[in-house]
Parts: sequence; structure tokens; C-alpha cells
Amino acid sequence: MVHAPVLAIAVPLLGAFALPLLARLNRRARDLWAAGIAVATLVFGIAVAVQVFASGRPLVYTLGAPSPTASVTEGGFPIRIVLVVDALGAYMGIIALLAGAVGLFYSFQYLVEEEGKTLGTSLLLLLWAGILGLVYTGDLFNFFVFLEITSIAACALIGYRVWEPRPPEAAFKTMVMYTLGGLLVLVSVGILYGEYDALNIAYLSKLITGTLLDKLALGLLLGGLLMKAGAVPAHMWAPDAYGEAPAMAAIVLVANTQAAIYALLRVVFTLFGGALASPGIGWLIASLGTVTVLVAVLMAVVQRHLGRLVAYGAVSQLGYMLLAVGVGVVAAGKGFGEVALKGGIFHMINDLASVGLLFLVVGAIRRAVGSVDLLSLGGLGHTLRWESGFFLLGALALAGIPPLNGFASKFLIYESTFKASPILAAVAVLSSILLLGVGVRAFHGIFLGPKTRDVASSPRGMLVAMGVLAVIIVVFGLFPGFFIERMVSPAVQAILGGRASYLAAVLGG
Amino acid sequence: MSVVVRTVTRVILPVALAFGAYVIMHGHLTPGGGFQGGAVIASVVALLVVVYGGARLKGAKGWFAVLEDVGALAFVLLAFLGIGATFFRNVLAGSGGLFGNPVPQPGPNPGDLNTAGTLPLMNWAVGLKVIAGLGSVVLLLSLFGREDG
Repeated sequence: MVHAPVLAIAVPLLGAFALPLLARLNRRARDLWAAGIAVATLVFGIAVAVQVFASGRPLVYTLGAPSPTASVTEGGFPIRIVLVVDALGAYMGIIALLAGAVGLFYSFQYLVEEEGKTLGTSLLLLLWAGILGLVYTGDLFNFFVFLEITSIAACALIGYRVWEPRPPEAAFKTMVMYTLGGLLVLVSVGILYGEYDALNIAYLSKLITGTLLDKLALGLLLGGLLMKAGAVPAHMWAPDAYGEAPAMAAIVLVANTQAAIYALLRVVFTLFGGALASPGIGWLIASLGTVTVLVAVLMAVVQRHLGRLVAYGAVSQLGYMLLAVGVGVVAAGKGFGEVALKGGIFHMINDLASVGLLFLVVGAIRRAVGSVDLLSLGGLGHTLRWESGFFLLGALALAGIPPLNGFASKFLIYESTFKASPILAAVAVLSSILLLGVGVRAFHGIFLGPKTRDVASSPRGMLVAMGVLAVIIVVFGLFPGFFIERMVSPAVQAILGGRASYLAAVLGG
Repeated sequence: MSVVVRTVTRVILPVALAFGAYVIMHGHLTPGGGFQGGAVIASVVALLVVVYGGARLKGAKGWFAVLEDVGALAFVLLAFLGIGATFFRNVLAGSGGLFGNPVPQPGPNPGDLNTAGTLPLMNWAVGLKVIAGLGSVVLLLSLFGREDG
């Protein structure tokens, strides 16, 4: 299992490229292959997480050489391309694995053969590999490359239903925003490379002194990542993207967006953690997060398109994470800063479970009824019993109702934000209440009322995929302490005090 | 297109193909590589589309799709070859001979075609993917909007 970090990226990549060839031979072989690839990726990804959490030290894997400091010639340039997985990376990796595995499992019965099932599955694997690479890489340029892989795969998936008028538009919009964000990141990487002749995150972090150029690079990186995360004012692509993408892609897109938050933490705390740590950045991120929450929730209230409604919910949750990250940066040395980061990081997996579940239910409704217009739906609760239960569970978790998982993480965020700024906390709580209203209205509109049509229930595979997320919502809500202690706390420690061990793991000494 | 264009194309075609192959093959020695050489060869596809029209090349679409997959797959598999030591390790370095001569150990060397081990092979994999990818882009753009596209 020495090779687990790279295999977790390489195996889905291999799977994605071999899939279309296999599909030409036999469709059954293709499905078996996709399932096998998913299992292998899960095994390698979990092996990485187990190693990191058990040892408490970052895991370093060097590509093409025995160690990060090995050089081809005596005294040559030593820094190689590395994968570095610390506790935060391992945690984010678990989220990505969960999203990919659930999405893939759901897609087997969700995607229609004639609509391009092969292409959809292949792109999903590619997106999965991209997110895992984004999370595991320890090299700034490779970070950009994986960012582009996720962008391209994500945009192709968003435009999956090319025969409908809106998905291509959504895909184009997302492509423009992702490319713009990617360009900002690339320019920033270029600046840092020009200044320090290095691309390795750990090595750069040691060298960065906080010059004007460094500040510029930090600003560009933050801008690019916030664009990818869908923070206001660069959020307009997100509802289109989530709303029009097929359901199994929407849940992986949520993980993709969260990877941007992960990258934000990595950039602020590890890359620039030494020289440019300042509360100002935190206030910027926190206020952007609060505005995102508010704008997204208010927009969710007026939506008719069910996919877009859930999508605005997803954007608002991203806002909560940004708020928590911001407060964490503002109060990096204080106790409530740590609580904020715990809340924000724990909220990632909770958000994936609740928003992901809602997207999967919306996908099931679209498959069963053929429409996601809130005004034309109604009375589906008579036939889609499981789906209605899952939707209610997801909506309540999204709004942060105890004893579900959303409450556990949101409470940590409220509590810590209140200490930093009561106004921001008030806006966050108010938005959650509005979100509850949105969820209840949608539930009422879709499932309650007299039975108006006969629809077939979802296939068992899709229900199982939704059930997995529902179980996570309940279990994480009932026993949050267990997960916070084992997974979230190490991840928070890895960003707050782990910069030295991250650097030492790569550079030695 | 006119007879002049067709004739010139026929003359240029082998030269452009050879140049593209040269750029791919010497990717580890001279400026260029799989992507650049692939783009050169894909420009041949563009030339053919302009001269003969996309409709006559429609049959190539399926082949491009397969070739693109094969290129990407070959690249990943070449990287997997090194898994005995680490992923992406140059397995041919210091051992096998690719074009008759043994591949030298990593480090300063005369810089022949075979001195880079798996790198030229990876360049070919990338080249194949770019030829097929850009080729199908050009082809699809020419077919765009047609009933039979």
C-alpha cells in the first residue's frame, strides 16, 4: 500500500480512459469495469486515510524517484513532483471518495444507454480522479493541472443533456468561469515560479517572504479559488451548473466545489501560512461567505425549477463553509477560531450528504415524472414514498434541524462566528431559518396533496445510493463527537499547527 | 477546391506528416513534443477538411474516438509500468534497448532518440491523443449544423 496515494488518482484515470473502449466490446463488461474501478479507488483512498490518521504524520509519495530530495545528478535540483496527504487532505479525500462512489453507484440505473451512458460514466471517473488529484497533490503546478481536469470533466458533465436548451448554456457559463478562475491560478503560479524558481508547495512555503508579488499571488489564488467555490459575486454559474447537471454529476460537483475550499485552506494556512497570515484575509473570506449565504438563500426562496432551488441551497452551504474558514483565519490563535474551523470542516461532509441526497432525489423525480417544475408537481408522496422521506430528511439536515448532521456542524459555526462578529452570526442563523422554509415549501409542493399521476418508483440501486447518504445524515447527527474527534480534529490540527510537520515531511529535517 | 489547391495539398501532405512525426519523436531532444507534433499532424486533417470537405472524412470520426482513448490509455499504462519502484518511474532507463542501443542511466548523456527511455513513448501517446482530439474537433466543426453530421 506504499503506492496508495498515486493509485487512488491513477486507477480512476485508467478506468475513465479504458471505459469507452470496453463499451465497444460489451456493455456488461463496461459496467463491471466501472464498478471494479470504483471499488479499487475506494480501497486505495481509504488506505491513504487510514495510514495518515493512524500515523498522525503527512504521507509523502514521490513520483519517479525514491524520495522528494533525490536528484538525478550530484548536487542537482532536488525538488521533485510529490503527493502530500496530511490529515486535512485525507479528510477531503474521504469526502471525494464518498461523493464519487455514491454518484457512480447511482448512475448505473440513472443514466440511459441511448443518452450516452458510456460518456457519462467515463467523465464521472475523470472528474473523480481530478478531485482526488487536486486534494492529494503537493505541487502547485500539478494543482493547476488537476484544477483544469476537474473543470473540463465537470463542464462536459453539466452539458450532458445536449439535446435540451439549457444544459449547454449552463456548461458554457461554467466553462467561462472555471477558465477565468483557472487563469488567475495559473498567473499566480507563474508569479511564484518566477520569484522563487520552485513549484513545490512545501518548498515555496519555506521561501515565501511576503513581498508585494507574494501578496499579488495570494490575491490571485484566492480570487481563482473563490470563483471555483461559487462565492458571491462569482456564484452565477453554480445554480445553472448544479441545476442542469445529471444528478450523479451534481453530487460530485459539490465535492469538486468543496475541493476549492480545501485548496483555500491549504493556500492560506500552508502555502502562505508563514509570512502572510493576516486577519484581513479572514474578514474578507468571512464577509464574502455571509453575503453568499444570504444571497443564495434569498434566491432559493423564489425558484420554481427544483434543481435550481436545491442548487441555491448548495451555494448557501458553501457560504457557511467560507464563513467558518474566514472566522478560523481571523482567530487563528484563539479557541473559537479552532471551533470555527472544526465546524467548517465538519460541515463539508454534512453538506455533501444533505445536498447530495437532495440532488439525488431531484434526479429520481426527473427520471420518474420528466419534469422538475415545482408548479407542475404535486402529490408524488403517494407513490414515491422512499424519495419523499429522503427529501424531507435532506431538507431538514440542510436547514440544520437537530438531531441531524447539519445541526452539529452549523452549531459550531454559529457559536464561533458569534464570538467574532454577532452580526455575521445573526445573518447565518436567519438564513438557516429561511432555508427551512424553502425546504418545507418544496416538500409540500412536490409530495403532498392529492394524487395526480401514476409514476413508477426509482430502481433499487438508486434508492440504495440515497439510503447511504440518509444513514450518514442520521448517524453523523446522533454521534457527531465520534467523528469530530477522530477525523475533524486531526484535520483542524493539520492546518492550524501542522505547517511545520507538512514542510518537514517533504523537505526532511 | 480547385486543382491547384488539391495538387499543392498532395505535395504538402507527406511533408507535414513527416514534420509532425519528427516533432513528436524528438520531443525529449528539441523544442516541441507530443502536443506540438500532434497539432501539426492535426493541421493535416484541417487541410483535408478544407480541400475535400468534411463530409468525405466522416468515417474517420469513429477512428479518432478510438485513437484518442488508446493514446490516453497508453500514457497511463506507461506510467503504471514503473509501479515496481514508483509510479512514472522510467523503467527503460539503464536497462532495455529501444532502438538497438541500451538506454543509459538517468543523468547527462549524448541525447539520442533512445536515451530517454519511456519518455519518447509517452510523447507518442500524447501525440496520438492530440492528433485524434484536435482532428475530431476540426472534423466536427466542419460537420456542425449538417443534417447528416
